[in-house]
Formats: sequence, C-alpha cells, structure tokens
Amino acid sequence: MFRRNLLGIASAAAVASVMGLAAPAIAAYPDRPITLIVPWAAGGGTDAVARIFGILMEKELKQPVNVVNRTGGSGVVGHQAIAEAKPDGYTIGLITVEINMMHWQGLTKLTWQDYTSLALVNADPAGLQVDVKSPYKDAKSLLAAVKANPGKFKASGTGQGGIWHLALAGMLQDQKIDPATVPWVPSQGAAPGLQDLVAGGVDIVTCSLPEARALIDAGKVKSLAVMDAQRNGALKDIPTLKEAIGSNWTTAAWRGMAGPKGLPKDVADKLTAAFDKAYKSKEYKDFMDQRGFGMIWGNQAEFAKFMDKSNKDLGAVMKAVGLAK
Amino acid sequence: MQNLINAADLLFRYDVMFTIVVTSFFGLFVGAMPGLTATMATALLVPFTFFMEPVPAIAAIVTATAMAIFSGDIPGALLRIPGTPASAAYVDEAYAMTLKGQADQALGAGLVFSAIGGLFGTAVLIWAAPALAEVALKFSSFEYFWLSCLGLTCAVLIATDRPLKGLIALCIGLLIACVGVNNPAGYQRFTFGVSDLLGGISFIPVLIGMFAVPEVLRSATDHGRGARIAQVRIDSVFRHMGRYAWKYKLGIVRGSTIGTLIGALPGAGADIAAWVTYAVSKKFSKESEKFGTGHIEGIIESGSANNAALAGAWVPAMVFGIPGDSITAIAIGVLYMKGLNPGPTLFINKPDAVYAIFMVFVLANLLMIPMGWIAIKSAKQILRVPKEILMPFILLNCIVGAYAIDNTVFGVTLMLFFGIIAFAMEENDFPVGPAILGLVLGPLVEENFIKSLIKSDGQLLQFFDRPIAGSLGVVTLAIWLLPPAFLLWRRWKR
Repeated sequence: MFRRNLLGIASAAAVASVMGLAAPAIAAYPDRPITLIVPWAAGGGTDAVARIFGILMEKELKQPVNVVNRTGGSGVVGHQAIAEAKPDGYTIGLITVEINMMHWQGLTKLTWQDYTSLALVNADPAGLQVDVKSPYKDAKSLLAAVKANPGKFKASGTGQGGIWHLALAGMLQDQKIDPATVPWVPSQGAAPGLQDLVAGGVDIVTCSLPEARALIDAGKVKSLAVMDAQRNGALKDIPTLKEAIGSNWTTAAWRGMAGPKGLPKDVADKLTAAFDKAYKSKEYKDFMDQRGFGMIWGNQAEFAKFMDKSNKDLGAVMKAVGLAK
Repeated sequence: MQNLINAADLLFRYDVMFTIVVTSFFGLFVGAMPGLTATMATALLVPFTFFMEPVPAIAAIVTATAMAIFSGDIPGALLRIPGTPASAAYVDEAYAMTLKGQADQALGAGLVFSAIGGLFGTAVLIWAAPALAEVALKFSSFEYFWLSCLGLTCAVLIATDRPLKGLIALCIGLLIACVGVNNPAGYQRFTFGVSDLLGGISFIPVLIGMFAVPEVLRSATDHGRGARIAQVRIDSVFRHMGRYAWKYKLGIVRGSTIGTLIGALPGAGADIAAWVTYAVSKKFSKESEKFGTGHIEGIIESGSANNAALAGAWVPAMVFGIPGDSITAIAIGVLYMKGLNPGPTLFINKPDAVYAIFMVFVLANLLMIPMGWIAIKSAKQILRVPKEILMPFILLNCIVGAYAIDNTVFGVTLMLFFGIIAFAMEENDFPVGPAILGLVLGPLVEENFIKSLIKSDGQLLQFFDRPIAGSLGVVTLAIWLLPPAFLLWRRWKR
C-alpha cells in the first residue's frame, strides 16, 4: 500500500515536473534561436536593417537571431518563405514594399494580408534627381519640359515596375501627364541608374535620397524634390513635392517586421515589444542616421493600415501604367 | 606627410592588427569553401563592423576579400571546384597542373601573383582614383553593351582549338542566363510556374556543378583516370616564381592593368576580369597551344587580374559612392555607417582615414604571402586522401556549397542537374568554360542592349553615337567580322 503510494507520488512528481517544464516553455517564448528571413541579398539596405535588428533583438529576447537571406524571384522567394513558415514566432522576416507590388504584376498570390504585421521600422521616400548640369533648376520647369516634349526624357533608378518607377509614374499621373511620356530605362537598382544619369544616358532618376546622397555631395547630381510630406532631416534644402509643385503625391520604399499569418497574440506582442525597444535604442538611431535611412514607427495595427494604403496607392498606379495584370 | 603619420597611427594598433590577422584567416576559409564567395565574406562581416572603429571595420573587409579571392584558387587547383567565381576562368588550367603533379607551382603562382596584382590595383587606387573614377562614370549602357560583346568574344578565344564547340557552349550558357524574371522587361521566361526559377538559375550552384561534378562522375566511371592525382611535395611553393615573374612580366602588367580597369567599371568585377585576361593572355601568348594543358602563363595573368580588380572596384566606390562590384556595394554601406561618406570630399575631409585604408590594402596583400603559404600547405594534404574517399567528399562539399549560397535545396538540384549536363558536354569534347562565361555575361549583354534601345527610341545607329561607344563598337565588329572576311577573300582569290 505504502509502496503503491510512493510509486504514485513518484509518478505524480514526474508528471508534475514534465508539466512544470512544459508550462514555462510556452510562457517563456522564445526558448530557442529565431530565424529572421530577408528576401533580398546580403549587403543591401534591407539586409543591413535586418542585421542591426537581429543584434538588438538578441539582447532583448536573450536568444540568438539568425539572419537568413532568401533571395531570388525579385523578392518572391523570400516573401513566400516568411508567409509559409510555421506560425510559432521562430521564423519571422523583414518584408518590403514589393509585397504590395508583386501580386498586381501576377508574380505571386501573396498579399500583405498573408502576414501578421509586427512593426513598421523604416521608410525612404523617393526623390526627383537630375544631372547637376541639367538646365532644369526646379521640379516645376522640369515637369513643364516633360509635358512639352513627350518621349524626350528618359528615367531610371530600378527595374521595370519597381518602386521608383511607380514613384515617377504616380507623380506624372498626379500632374495629369501621361506616364508613358517618360520612358523607363530598367536598371539593377539605384546605383547603376544614377551612374547612367551622370554618364548622360538618362535624364531623371527617382531613387531615394540616401541612395543619391554620395553623388549629391560630390556635386554630380541635384535633387529637385522629395516625394514625402516633410523634408529630409539630413538634406533640408530639398523641397517636398507639395512645396515644389503643389502635388500631394508621396511614395516611399518601406520595410517592416512580419511573421506568417496566424501568429499567436502573446508571441506577436512579445516580438513587437522587442522591436519597439530596438527601434528606440541609440544604436538603431545612430545606424539609421549614418546611412541616411528614414525612421518611421508603426505598431501592429498601424503597420497593417499603412500597408493597406500603400497597396491601394501602388495598385492604382500600376493599373494606370499598365503593369498590373 | 602629417596625414601619413596620422594614418599610420590609426592603423598600427593592437586591435587593428588583431582584426587584420583574424579576418585573413576568415577570408582564407570562406574563399576556399565552395559556395561561399568573397561577397558573402563581406556580408557576414557587416554585423561585426557595427561595433568597430572605422579603420578596423574597413580593414576587416579589405583583408577578408583579398584573402578570399586568392584562396578560391586552392579548391580550384586541387579539386576542380572554384572556391569563388573569380577563380573559374583558370580552374581547368590549374587542375591540369595538379594532375601533372605541379599543384605547388599552380598554387604558388596564384598566391604570388595575386599579391602582385593586388598591390598594382592598390597603387592605381592611391594615385589615380579621382581621375579614373571620372572616366568610369562616363560609361553608359551603350559602352557596356559593346564591352560585354567583347567579353563574349573571349569564349571563342578560350576554345581556339575548337571554336565552333566553344560557340555552342557559349550559347548554352546564354540560354541558361535567359531563365527567370530578372530581365529588363520583368517578363517570366522558362519558369514553368516554378517560383524557385523566378529569380533565374543561381550562378554559384551551376558553377560548382559544371566543374566539380563531371570530375566526380568520371572517377566513378573510369577507375584508371581519377587515380592520376599525383602525390607531390609541397615545399616548393615559391620556387621558380622569380623566374616566372621575369618571363611573364608583360602579362603581369597587362593582367593587372585590365583587371584594375574592369574592377573600376561599375557592374563588372573580379570574375569577369579573370575571364577576359585569361583569354587575352592566350591570344597574345607565344605558346598559346599549351593553354589548357596545365600551362602557368594564364594563371599568372588572370590570377593577378582578379586581385587587381578588387582594388579597382574601390575607385568609383570611394570617389562617387558607386560600387565597382558586389563587394564594394556592401562596403559603401559600411563607409556611410562609419561616417566615411564616399565622395571627393572624403579625400579632403578625412585624409588620414583614407591613407589608412590605402595602407590596409598594401598590408593585406603583403600578408597574403605568408598566410596563403600556410593555407596551401594545409590544404595540400587533401591530395593524400585516396580517390575513393576524396570523390564522395568533393560531392558532399558541392552539395553544401550549392545549398549555402541561397539556403535552399533547389540549389542542390541545380548543381546536380548542370553537373550531369556538363559531364555530357565534356564527354563530347565541348568546353565548359564558355558556358560559364555566357552565364556571367548574358544578363549584361541583354540588359544593356535593351536599355540602349529604350534610350535611343529603337535606333541602332545611336549605338555608335557616343565617342567611346562608337570606338568600342567598331573594334568589336572588326574583331568579329574581319577574320571570316579575310578567309572568304582568300578562298575567293584561289
């Protein structure tokens, strides 16, 4: 009898200890390393933002964070990997503005609604850049010349249908100018586009200001306007599009943290709290300032709302330009 | 002078020296591992540079990449797996030397002339950076189109003994390069609805598969041949190097110059530099018939070129913030983060830091000699391993490398698929090199052609409108059309 009791107590203790182990394991997310997927190549801006976040998250969550680049398919492959991951919080990713563009082009079925939005951490508005030798001193005269000479001006800064292409097309459309007036010369990103601008190959480049900054500083390129509600903190003498031509059009390339759809609320909240701390840290601010990246914060709901608006804006432009399928 | 002293003060510190030594081992390791490239070495270093002073941060990148580009030669020569794409151009040559029992010579030449090429590129960076960057910025898509067409010509030059098969292999490479959505129109080509194919055929798995897998397959099908990997002593890495340097001095200067220039041009890096200089070396060699049979001349010239290109790529990066290759594309981000904003003003505002960076280049290339020697000595042991164990080990390495580049199993599938294709090609006497070259240059040719057409509203004559483009175009067409024209004319006269 006594013996059986002892056995019972022992087994009860064993069960209790197993449960005791198991219970905190759920409460104490995370208890193993987290994978942070980047849909773009190592070394780019998105990669840099993900890596600084990875380091700051490690401090906050006390677990290693592995930044993994899943490139390819113009971002489709990596975005898909994030959306299809197990929604346990151990695989999350840094999603970018392309998630609101690719589905319009028919490259993927994924939309922003396939993710659990966690935090918006960065946005870089488009700028309107010309060669410093260009006769156009402001956005107004440039757009007047564009309107008067359809097909004469060529623009570049990213691939066909990329975010800077849409920035230009949206601006032209907003000014009642047919977007086809300025043929787009596709390039492998902002740097080759800017180089082409300086080499005299194209006339306009609508990349972001941080991307153009070295050549602006070098006196090779001038920026006529920034497509944002306010001026850039580092380059304060460049007017906003509203100031320059009275247009309300804004476009930005943004990046935000997201997990697969259906992330448990407590896990999502814990992650967002960690991102919030990382975002407010001195390291992140210094890093973003040095790179000239624009800081913007949005919590789960704000980020979702932001993506919804971005998706509708971009969809409208892509339909107008004929890029949407 | 004061700047130089300040720069030396920034550089010769314990922490900086420690960083340089640690990152050289890191670079050597990454370069020697197939599938891990010099670009990846840089990307992996970036999170560490967040917490470093500016000079050691840049020193880490410069040292690691210089070491990686050299050590890519090691698996190339010993196992016929190019460690980095920059070694692909002469991997066959180096492997042929290993089969002849001259692995030490092949690797020694790779090491010594990598260092010399690197120092040459550094000299150009120090004395001519602003002027050269101005020239590089004058190149638009018209110029790049003609340059990449000239690059295609190399495919036929590499395979002079069988130009038609070289041309066919080139077309296979160009065809592979067509896959995916990364073309100027953003149109899906040959993707068959597979999302893994959207991004195109990943270059590194194809590279590994096409060179290494046929060798593994051959050793499996033919027992006599694979055993020929000769057992050689490794104590003579530096023997004959002085003699070679004298004999091929012209080639070294030519390779380093072309390498630096190609590096300085945005969009073309060390891998293209190696291909072009290998072809040029063969074209102008007095013993061009020996190329491909384990002849050291091409290794010397293109080995110096790829390291020279590394330094050359920093020219537009430092002066205008325009990356000369994929490595400097990452490094520019680090420069910004460290307050060393690229631009002509960098040379005026922070001369001590700039001089310190220059000194790092020199130091890294000098340090390459002893470090590389250690690496060669230890890597060489692999040739003692019996073939039956070595070949599965190579295949395992290929699988790991093909997986590592994009972290996807699809890379392994690609590697095996193209390995079998390459086996079939080589069994039928088609060279693999031109196919790889087609894969490298295909996107460049297409992109610049389409861009130029859009700019010129479809008028082909504008390809000759700009002075540099016009000259390049005439040269290219002359190289393509004159030899067949002469041939026809001679036949007609007879």
